[in-house]
Amino acid sequence: MEMKVDELLKNFREAAFHPGKLKRHYLAQGKKVVACFPYYVPEELIAAAGMVPMGLWGCKGAPTRAKEYFPTFFCSIAQMGMEMVMDGTLDGVSAVVCPSMCDTLRPLTQNLKSAGRYPVIFLAHPQNRKKEYGVKFCRYQYGKMKKQLEEIEGKESGDEAIREAIRVYNANRAACRKFVHLAGQHPEVISAVDRSAVLKSRHFLMKAEHTELLEELNQELERLPRQEWKGTKVVLSGIIADNSNYMKIFDEYGIAIAADDLAHESRGFRRDAAEEGDPLEALARQFAGQDEDTILYDEDLVKRPKHVVRLVKESGAQGVVITMMSFCDPEEIEYPSLKQELDKEGIPSIMLGYDQQITDFGQASTALQAFNDVLEMKK
Amino acid sequence: MMPEKDERKKPAKVRLREIIDKIYEEAWEAKEKGEPVGWSSSKFPAEIAETLGLKVLYPESNAAGIAAKHGGARVCEEAEKLGFSNDICAYARISIAMAYGADCPEKPMPMPDFLLCCNNICNCMTKWYENIARIHHIPLIMIDVPFNNTVEVSDEQVEYMKAQFMDAIRQLEAISGRKWDEEKFQKVCATSNRVAKAWLKACSYCQYEPSPLNGFDLFNHMANVVQTRCRKESAEAFEALIEEYEQAVKEGTSTWHYDENYRIMFEGIPCWPELKKLFNPLKEKGMNTTAVVYAPAFGFVYNNLDELMKAYCKAPNSVCFETGVEWREGLCRENHVDGVLVHYNRSCKPWTGYTPEMSRRLQNDMGLSVVSFDGDQADPRNFAEEQYKTRVQGLYELMEEKRKGAGQNGNESGRAAEKFS
Repeated sequence: MEMKVDELLKNFREAAFHPGKLKRHYLAQGKKVVACFPYYVPEELIAAAGMVPMGLWGCKGAPTRAKEYFPTFFCSIAQMGMEMVMDGTLDGVSAVVCPSMCDTLRPLTQNLKSAGRYPVIFLAHPQNRKKEYGVKFCRYQYGKMKKQLEEIEGKESGDEAIREAIRVYNANRAACRKFVHLAGQHPEVISAVDRSAVLKSRHFLMKAEHTELLEELNQELERLPRQEWKGTKVVLSGIIADNSNYMKIFDEYGIAIAADDLAHESRGFRRDAAEEGDPLEALARQFAGQDEDTILYDEDLVKRPKHVVRLVKESGAQGVVITMMSFCDPEEIEYPSLKQELDKEGIPSIMLGYDQQITDFGQASTALQAFNDVLEMKK
Repeated sequence: MMPEKDERKKPAKVRLREIIDKIYEEAWEAKEKGEPVGWSSSKFPAEIAETLGLKVLYPESNAAGIAAKHGGARVCEEAEKLGFSNDICAYARISIAMAYGADCPEKPMPMPDFLLCCNNICNCMTKWYENIARIHHIPLIMIDVPFNNTVEVSDEQVEYMKAQFMDAIRQLEAISGRKWDEEKFQKVCATSNRVAKAWLKACSYCQYEPSPLNGFDLFNHMANVVQTRCRKESAEAFEALIEEYEQAVKEGTSTWHYDENYRIMFEGIPCWPELKKLFNPLKEKGMNTTAVVYAPAFGFVYNNLDELMKAYCKAPNSVCFETGVEWREGLCRENHVDGVLVHYNRSCKPWTGYTPEMSRRLQNDMGLSVVSFDGDQADPRNFAEEQYKTRVQGLYELMEEKRKGAGQNGNESGRAAEKFS
């Protein structure tokens, strides 16, 4: 059984760490590829148009060409995304989708347009998204995106095609949620590095392919007997934590990821869309239902900190590791409220700086080692 | 009705300052009487609260005031002690620290009972106001203005904003305990337009050569166009300011008491804690600031409710790059500038995130000399005077070189306007 798991994990790692190869593979199949910046891009519309959406959440490295557009104090997702636009890494993509929901994405949308390398599909999600007028505006935005995609593909995508894409995505989201749960229960088989690779590959593989592999993996994990975990468990919070050198530290100290509050991972597959009715409205309502995110307006004001506390309690974690993306003001400004809530509940937490330029995580390693001692006492 | 005779004798800048003092007094009085006082983002539609007779103050202006009186670093540090990163906008840090009770003798403000948040300024505003709402357990009224990728505002966006506007009215009716009065609203809108038009007219006097004013004066008067833009006194004071400028043009005088060798545009929000340090090298080189992007951006002119919505979509950080270019190139042409001084504002990501490309556009489209410096709107720790001085010197030299070259080509000043006229 372990061999099967290993084999499956190899596939996920291959996809997660070689997106360029995958892009070439899809292009060779005659498919069009559309790159998607974070957050909440309704990829279903791209899939329904017969194209392949691939996530664009930066990459490891330091910006050089992107410096023509951004001063240094901007998050590396934007900087390295811009770098890939400028240095030709993205060559072959038919368009880039860029939402505008944070203060870095706003100018990024305009810089992408100015760079003029690829067609840019701009998205403005409503923050007052729950009321009917918010749903209507969101539907309008998605409709505009659909039209632009149809122009690129040269054919209309009918409602049924979008509904079918929603079904494919819902299945993938369900498989991802199940995997997060199972990976938390079986850290002896799913290392922190592999967990991250499985979820990262979701952004590159076509969703049906990812689901097929993931369902197989989930089945294998479900068959495993429960084993006592000698290490500790944490909830990982932040925007992204996909650098294997970073995730290796967790494995090194026996700190399992019991659940996550990462934009790159669970925040992206928490909610499904309705498979019936007007599909654009279904996607708009799905966005209206999104919550517990630093980049979304929170009418209740406290939903997100309480959500992280709930994750800790439900997953059996002993603490929270907040992976703070440098220069990410939504995460930074929400940090004190999160910390306060965790302190109030007696949940230990640590904040570690993160950036796609970092190659040596020595400091994080030392801090995590000390934090692990605190977690041990909470077991 | 004409203003009192005594009022008319006072210089406009004194009248403008007194109006600000008055709204602070009124807010404190309201607080004492137990009436609700609001904190509002600078581009929340002020017409609603004014119509309902609610007292509102503006944390951004207040933070700028604290920073200008050199309290910025101290109060920012208070926020940092509470866990707020020094990467966060300094205005946000100052007002969150204040909401937590930080002592701000430079510009005290009564604590809020409700919040008016509009993210046409930036997205940071949303989370900043959520933090304050959490601290005080008070209602937050949110008007979301999605970022625009096109020059035109779509009908769908207008409709979305109008629906939120109506929601905000309902929420504020409940807070104020007063019913919405449409007739009063129309009057408030008329006054607001009068203020905006007078403000834009005052800003336009920078076009004269020599200019009767220095653009830094406009930064100072912005307090009024932000905080008192629905008040008749503001319209009267701005109209008085126009008269003063008109007179100065006739007499050839100016609030800029130095040579006007060169005329520049200042890009971005000024470094409030360092106004003197910003000003001095410009003064020494005879470089007058005759265009500022920030000031006219607050002149909301509209004729009906749809246009009001569209006007509130036109904030520097919520318009597309094309509109941004058009604004700046218009300002450079109208005000005959030779060069541009760009502030890479550490506090303001949505603005600074497109300034490198904007600088290239101004250089390429208009042949302007462009130089940038690092700074911050309210945290003086992000500003280095030596770097600034060197950059200003650099801009001066670039403009000198260009003028010499232009002189040889028969264009005496080499100014943008001449290239385009």
